[in-house]
Amino acid sequence: MAAVTETRVALRHRLAERGIDRQLLLLGPALLFVVTLFVYPFFYGIGLSFQPEQGGPFGAYRSFFADAYERGTLTTTLWLSLPVALLNVGASVPIAYRMRGRFRGKRLLTTVLVVPITLGTVLTAQGLLNFLGPTGWFNRTLMSLHVIDEPVRLTHNYWGVFFSLVITGFPFAFLLVLSYLSGIDPTLEKAAATLGAGWAQRFRRITLPLLAPGLATTFCLTFVLAFSVFPSAVLVGDPAGETRVISIAAWHAGYEQYDYPKASAIAVVMGLVELVVIAAVLGWRSLLYTGSTGGKG
Amino acid sequence: MKLAARPAAWIVWGVVAFFFINLFGLVGSVIVSSFGKQWFDTWLPSGFTGQWYGEAWKDFGLLPVLVTTLEVSALVVGISVLVGVPASYVLARRSFPGRRVLYLLFLLPILMPPITYGIPLATVLYKYGFAGHMTGVVLANLVPSVPFVILTMTPFIEQIDPAIERAARMCGAGTRQVFVRILAPLLVPGMLAASILVLVRTVGMFELTFLTAGPDSTTLVVALYNSMSAAGIRAQQAVDAMAVIYTGTMLVLLVLALRLVNPTQLVARVKEEDPA
Amino acid sequence: MSKFQQLRLEGVTRRFGGQDALVDLDLTIERGEFIALLGPSGCGKSTALNCLAGLLPLTAGRIWQDDTRLDTLLPEKRGFGMVFQNYALFPHLTVWKNIAFGLQMRRLPGAEIRRRTDEAIALVHLEEQARKLPGQLSGGQQQRVAIARAVVLEPSLVLMDEPLSNLDAKLRLEMRTEIRRLHQALGLTTVYVTHDQEEALSMADRLVVLRGGRVQQIGTPEQLHTQPANRHVADFMGFRNLLPMKVVTTGVSTVVEGGGLTLQGTPVGDVHPGDEVVAGVRPESLRIAEDGFPATVEVVEYQGREVAVEAVTDAGQRLHLRAADRPAPGDKVRLAVDPAALLLFPAGGAH
Repeated sequence: MAAVTETRVALRHRLAERGIDRQLLLLGPALLFVVTLFVYPFFYGIGLSFQPEQGGPFGAYRSFFADAYERGTLTTTLWLSLPVALLNVGASVPIAYRMRGRFRGKRLLTTVLVVPITLGTVLTAQGLLNFLGPTGWFNRTLMSLHVIDEPVRLTHNYWGVFFSLVITGFPFAFLLVLSYLSGIDPTLEKAAATLGAGWAQRFRRITLPLLAPGLATTFCLTFVLAFSVFPSAVLVGDPAGETRVISIAAWHAGYEQYDYPKASAIAVVMGLVELVVIAAVLGWRSLLYTGSTGGKG
Repeated sequence: MKLAARPAAWIVWGVVAFFFINLFGLVGSVIVSSFGKQWFDTWLPSGFTGQWYGEAWKDFGLLPVLVTTLEVSALVVGISVLVGVPASYVLARRSFPGRRVLYLLFLLPILMPPITYGIPLATVLYKYGFAGHMTGVVLANLVPSVPFVILTMTPFIEQIDPAIERAARMCGAGTRQVFVRILAPLLVPGMLAASILVLVRTVGMFELTFLTAGPDSTTLVVALYNSMSAAGIRAQQAVDAMAVIYTGTMLVLLVLALRLVNPTQLVARVKEEDPA
Repeated sequence: MSKFQQLRLEGVTRRFGGQDALVDLDLTIERGEFIALLGPSGCGKSTALNCLAGLLPLTAGRIWQDDTRLDTLLPEKRGFGMVFQNYALFPHLTVWKNIAFGLQMRRLPGAEIRRRTDEAIALVHLEEQARKLPGQLSGGQQQRVAIARAVVLEPSLVLMDEPLSNLDAKLRLEMRTEIRRLHQALGLTTVYVTHDQEEALSMADRLVVLRGGRVQQIGTPEQLHTQPANRHVADFMGFRNLLPMKVVTTGVSTVVEGGGLTLQGTPVGDVHPGDEVVAGVRPESLRIAEDGFPATVEVVEYQGREVAVEAVTDAGQRLHLRAADRPAPGDKVRLAVDPAALLLFPAGGAH
């Protein structure tokens, strides 16, 4: 009896040594949520994608890749999301670099930038339809300035979706880059200056290498946002043609054809392609220095 | 340095200004249109009226939609805080085998685009009969919300000095008292911030709600999408009026949120993998 | 690097939004000197250093290096080396590359960069650590890298901003000697910012004491130690006993009284009978003597060869002193001070 209690105590002690005790039960509810609402549906979806009504286990995938109209959604989506993500990150760097210090109105600026993110793509789409439309203010301004004679068509095509992704994605990328930049100890640049580095050298040799991992992360996040574009592709795009992105295909399969295996298969393909892009970027990132960026080390 | 950088500075500010002009034009044109009588090929509508708001309110049944939005958001916020905060406490304070894997697992639902996991999730929810009404909408919205609370709260708890808890224990407080008397008051600001962030995200969340909502459980943003994609049936201005109502709601939340948190936090937490 | 004969600061002033951080600093630095800027935090010493480095623009004043005006030049054009308080090592570059960075900026030939970097690494004894990242080094090693990075360019002037403040006591003593050794061995000219008077006194050829952005005194360690210009400098230089008193007579000897004591002292500046003064005396100048005034021992601290004693006069004035033998708390003693060691500063006079 005593021996049993002793081993039990010893076991508990040994577990506690490794950091396992009853306090970990506090993790339970959250874990339960993630497993039942995220992990399980995910695997269920993968399972479902291999059980189409016809065509064997790979039937759903085959029907997606065999059909050029469906297969084309992949390139359409990448052709939208990669340039948008590059533009958003690329434009953010010089702007954030100029604004990394403190200045009056910085909080106001960041606040205004948050607005399009919180409004979301649906409202942005509605605004773009009004603003960029053939009789909208944008075309009117250009015509009255005699830059153009005919209204430029900027909605219900590739460019409408592109702009909507820039409007919501740029502030997102900018705010991320800005906070990565402010995480870099400013004395490092001062130190480089006292060692004789001009501003271009300071940026290229010190700031950029320290910022690069953050840029990779930002690129991934903006890419994910753009890759999963859905409402604006329907509303300001050309959802049957030029901007038939992969989420439209998935939604179409699931909710208009009620072909859940195919919808799941498309979701799986979508997830995989996205993971490949992210893995490529993060793989490149792992080659970079990713430790502390200054401060107390 | 200052002089040499001038042209670059002008370009940068120019790009920012151009972005803002377009942003204001975009929001402004929706607002102007929602108050306009008729607006065809002119700079401004032919006259102004508030009638579209009444029409939108009646035709789109906005009252029940607003009520649903409120209920869904309140439930999502409440549950995700209740579930997320204890978990973030453990993640912030303890090291145990598998901690990093768990952290990554909590990170995934935020990193994945809602559409990719939303479709299988909706399928599962339909299978068990949850989707099509509010339960499904709330459950679906919890998927990114619980991790979001965890990711917001973990660094917040990390910056509370653990010595405070030990000091309380040395003063004779038990675990429960440490939680109630010491931690809870310290956690309130963080929980408020996390709640408001989740609220903003839930009200603005389109994809998950769209995939799981039934006719009587649509939130404002989905109702807006539906009325837009069914354009032609109603006057454009009524849709604009609805968009303005949505914008107004979001802006009120945003102002509330910004009283509690820094703008950057609304976007994401910039935090490298913790060095544990 | 071109060596200068003289570096002159003329009326260097820096304001931050109406706040005077540094007012009218005049200072001439001779080649080879080790100058310490000393003062409590917020006194303007780091501002002065940053102005000198070019990291902060001046509000007024000029900086001359012989006949060249420096204050209009960018930091990277001044050719100074700087050691930062938190070291500011580039976290993504190895020790070797950190030290080589400045040489690469000068576009020197590769062979020379290698030779000089290796020499600098040997100078601070970091051969083993050359390929490591700064994050893998101890505080003392990081400090050495920071110094090597600053001196490898053979700068005309080395600026150090409280470089030892993040180190523990033992390491601080070692690095003090190390920095002084490098200063002499390399023939550097050094401006060193610190809030530690002992550090400043032991390292510097001349000290500049700052308070509230204004210079209080410039002088050699001996001058500051024995003849502080005002009571603030005295306070900083270890005059722990500062007693408010009133002048009774002046002339051959100056007599002051207050707190039940009547003492003879040496005035610093003009004093007249009836003036309020602050009488300052170091703990080590107060002695236990038969002919002194009475006091009661309250606290005794053992400090190696001697003991630090806190005693209270009959009127309740607290005094710090040193004693060779060990009195017990509660002992009645008599204390005396040499008139030359009791300095009388006009009360309230900051300048």
